[in-house]
Order: sequence, then C-alpha cells, then structure tokens
Amino acid sequence: MSTIQPKLGEPLTEELTLVQAAKEGDVEAFEELVRRYDRNVFRIAQHITQNREDAEDVVQDAFLKAYGNLKQFQGQSKFYTWLVRIAVNEALMKLRRRRPERMISLDEEVKTEEDSVPREVADWSPNPEQQYNQAELREILTKTIQGLPASFRTVFVLRDVEGLSTEETAEALDLSVPAVKSRLLRARLQLRERLSRYFQRGRAPNGKEIADENNQDSGDGNQ
Amino acid sequence: MKCAEFLQELTNYLDGVIDDRTRAELEDHLAWCHNCYVVCDTTKKTIEIYRDSKLYELPEDLRGRLRSAIVSKCHARKKAGPEHA
Repeated sequence: MSTIQPKLGEPLTEELTLVQAAKEGDVEAFEELVRRYDRNVFRIAQHITQNREDAEDVVQDAFLKAYGNLKQFQGQSKFYTWLVRIAVNEALMKLRRRRPERMISLDEEVKTEEDSVPREVADWSPNPEQQYNQAELREILTKTIQGLPASFRTVFVLRDVEGLSTEETAEALDLSVPAVKSRLLRARLQLRERLSRYFQRGRAPNGKEIADENNQDSGDGNQ
Repeated sequence: MKCAEFLQELTNYLDGVIDDRTRAELEDHLAWCHNCYVVCDTTKKTIEIYRDSKLYELPEDLRGRLRSAIVSKCHARKKAGPEHA
C-alpha cells in the first residue's frame, strides 16, 4: 500500500525575496504573497470557524496582522507556516467569540486508549465518492468533518488537507509533535468511521438519510 | 503484532515515516488481518477524499474583493508611517 505525501511545493528562496521586499515596504510583493496563500487561509479559517463571514474576516485580519508584524518573521520557518499560525489564532478567536459557552482549546487533553480496534469493519465500495453527486458528497464531507472537535479538525485540515508536515503543523498550532500525531490519528479514524455510514459496500445512495442525520454529533467540546 | 499496536502505528505508516523493520511487521499483519487492512485502506481513502474535495473554495469575485481590501489597508498603513505598519 502506498503512502500519502504532503502536496505543498516550496519555492523557498524566491519566496524569501518577496517577504524581504514586503518588509521593506513593497506592497506589491506582499500582494503576491496574499495571492499565493489566500485560498489556503480561507479554507483553514472556514474549517475552524464553520462560518463563511468569519472566514472572510479571518483572511483580512490574518494578512493584515502578518503585514504589520513582518519584521518579526525571521525566516526560521516557512512564511506559510508562520502565516497559518496567525490565521489559526484569528480563527480560534472568532470561534470563541461566537461560542463563548464552549471551551475551545487546542491543548485539550486527548485520551488515546479508547481508539480500540473497530469490531466490525465493513469495506467501502471501490469508488465510494462516485455514489453521490457533487452536492451530496460536499454535504457529507462538510457535515462529517464539522462533527469533529475543533482540536482534531484543525490538525487534520492542516496536515492532510493543506499538506503541512507534522513538524509544521506542530509549530503552527503550538503543539508538540506527539500531540499532533495523536490528534491526527484520532481525527483520521473518526472521520473514517463516520464516512463508513455513507461509503460502505452495498449501501444504496440515499440523499434523504444524509439530510436526516444532520448535526447529530456536531460539537467542539472535549471528548 | 496485535491490532491495537497496528492502529497506533497507522498514521506513521500512512505518512511513510517508519523504519523498514516496523514497516515489514505492519505489512505482515496487514497480510492476514482483514479488519486492519480495511481500516488502513479506508483511512487512506478518507484522507484522499478530503484532500481532493473542493470544500470551501474561495470564489474569485470574493477573492478579488478581499485582496483589494487587504492591499488598500496595507497602503494606508505604509502612508501612516512605519510605526503604524
């Protein structure tokens, strides 16, 4: 079985030239950095906040904060990792503001013992995503990932969707590498388990059922 | 190797960050344990489906608006002087 590798390329020196120019006040150079990463920041922000308007605000706030603090970027990490760290913090602030009743923390204690082996494991259809049309699939994927606690969701998105390395994810979230790995494992397994409802072999596509299950286990609380 | 041990190594295995000996042990386990094979295979699919999904794409018109707003605020800060930047 082949392994999964992160997808993000890194034209590093050229990027550092842009960052340097932006530091010296070249707004066009900074605009190029915005162009390069605005889609990623938006996606990360929407995954965390689960709200479109908040995600738009996060894109603006994160880039402006990055611009204002460029001098603090020393180039020890990639610009993108540094930017993601800012964006994640902005997004978490939005999330906390919107849901003050919930404790939202990326440091929450995570038990790993309960990830015992699933007892009955049903295999999926060969091309499970093709059982559904695009809108249905989008709904399934959105609802499923929204059901994860924020700390798992964020690690999964940075690591598996955005392609940051484990070390970069740890740096962006201010977590240890073992903490990232433990959350990533649980996030992957929980998503797999939840998607199995829709993708297991022999299951007839049924849009109604997808709608009916809406929000049954969403939440950001500790698990 | 037990299933629980396999599961603990699953993320490292999928990410390709394990030594040859552990990899051989994991693959040996996969060869006879159907449940772990399915968990491994469908976890990999889960990652691929999310990676390929076009969730939360930033629409081009919105993208343009956000970028103009960011750039004009950067210009404004630049004009205001470095202490405000």
